[in-house]
Amino acid sequence: MILSRIPQLVVYGCVSGSIITLGAIGLSLTSGILKFANFAHGDVMATGAFLALFFLFVLQKIGLPSTPLHPLSFGLPLIFAFVLSMLTTGGIAVAIDRVVYKRLRTTGSITLLIASVGVAFVLRNTLQFIWGPDPRYYIKKIQKSIKVPFLGIRIKPDEIFIIIIALFLVILLHLFLTRTRTGKAMRATSDNIDLAQVSGIDTENIVKWTWVIGSALAAAGGVLAGIENKFITPSLGWDMLLPIFAAVILGGIGNPYGAMVGGMIIGLSAELSTLFISTSYKPAVAFIIMIVMLLIKPKGILGEE
Amino acid sequence: MEDDLNPLLKVEKIKAGYGETEILHSVSCEVKEGEIVTIIGPNGAGKSTLMKAILGLLKPTQGRIIFNGKDITGKNPNQIVREGICYVPQSDNIFPSLTVEENLEMGAFIRKDDYKNKIEEIYEIFPDLKERRKTKAKKLSGGQRQMVAIGRALMLDPLLLLLDEPSAGLSPKLVQVIFEKIEKINEKGVSILMVEQNARKALSISHRGYVLVMGKNRFEGSGDAILNNEEIGKLYLGE
Repeated sequence: MILSRIPQLVVYGCVSGSIITLGAIGLSLTSGILKFANFAHGDVMATGAFLALFFLFVLQKIGLPSTPLHPLSFGLPLIFAFVLSMLTTGGIAVAIDRVVYKRLRTTGSITLLIASVGVAFVLRNTLQFIWGPDPRYYIKKIQKSIKVPFLGIRIKPDEIFIIIIALFLVILLHLFLTRTRTGKAMRATSDNIDLAQVSGIDTENIVKWTWVIGSALAAAGGVLAGIENKFITPSLGWDMLLPIFAAVILGGIGNPYGAMVGGMIIGLSAELSTLFISTSYKPAVAFIIMIVMLLIKPKGILGEE
Repeated sequence: MEDDLNPLLKVEKIKAGYGETEILHSVSCEVKEGEIVTIIGPNGAGKSTLMKAILGLLKPTQGRIIFNGKDITGKNPNQIVREGICYVPQSDNIFPSLTVEENLEMGAFIRKDDYKNKIEEIYEIFPDLKERRKTKAKKLSGGQRQMVAIGRALMLDPLLLLLDEPSAGLSPKLVQVIFEKIEKINEKGVSILMVEQNARKALSISHRGYVLVMGKNRFEGSGDAILNNEEIGKLYLGE
């Protein structure tokens, strides 16, 4: 009887896992190379979500047709806004590094962590200042879920979109890391920044790329969260920080593939836990998994060295 | 074109250290083109610190470092690499999650040409690596890792190769192999400056050597002269 609910919970887990993964990859990349826990990463996701809202507004105002692309509940404007948000958020992250983190690089990871908490506050409150604390919407209509015949599950077309986009971005990242010169240099810098420097790699440039990619993925996660939940609020990022950190630690800091595995595990575990415990405890599941991981294998499932 | 008057590398009375602690107190040395020069001395003498200062990982507070006619004192590692000095650290000298071939590719990162030929050259020097080219470096044995580390540094056709304890942690057989490879690399025209604990073996293949003690120059001479010197032998060469 309980078992019959599992497939549906797996669906929910895949959707939320996809969103967590996109946030976790960026956090893992930046934390790995810069050696600090970036507490502002959740709010970077929120920034991405609100920037998409802004671009959506602008694009609709200049007359881009917003008829939904069937069967999705949204049209071209949101898709363009999505991409624009990713690029802009990447740029903002580089600026934040320039202004805040760069001069603190030599001061140690605790100082950087505290600085990132400050950045988190600034981002979150700026969003609140501009858009107010109340929920904002990309799409006003509620979408009906469709029934998938053989598997006995229901899923919304928007949710299929979320999973596919997350998968697409993950594959793109993998190709970048393994097939391009800059991607390999990024992996090398993450492994051993001193050796990368004495090999002639411009590690400062690599750090910039890491911020751009990590934050663009975070923005993507924020927008997809907005599509899934139907609304966004300035605190959506900070609220997601715990599952994202849990995913990074689960997968091993600095390992983007670990973050992918960790993200999906956290998403699925949180949903499946509702078989046994109340849904209000979902965040606690991520927390417990993180604690257990730190106790038994702090390097993470795919962690090395 | 460098000869006795103008050595390839000239380190002039440098002082360097970490933070408040000065490790090198006015140290000098030089490497002439085509030479193998070894620096020996007890632990804490500052041998690794000297390497890092030449490489730009540490900035000297006094003194100069001249390489190939240029003053490279205080420059950053990725600038110094472009001048023709490549470095193999004692530890953490590979990219563990990258494959053997990717490690070599990273060594060639700033080359503008097609470096495939250079990779084949490296495999000629280290045939063991060729069959493991797609293996992640962290899965290799200690000796193989050392070969990857040296191979990576050779990818830029350096004029001067800096080796920090190349035989560290290797079995006696592998130590022999590594020193043979170092001689082979030198025969191809690469000048070599190395720091070694395995002083006897290193000096036996070196043209000249320096003895560094507590951050100061203690002795300088040909490889043979140092090996045959009784006082040094007792104090620093062991066995």
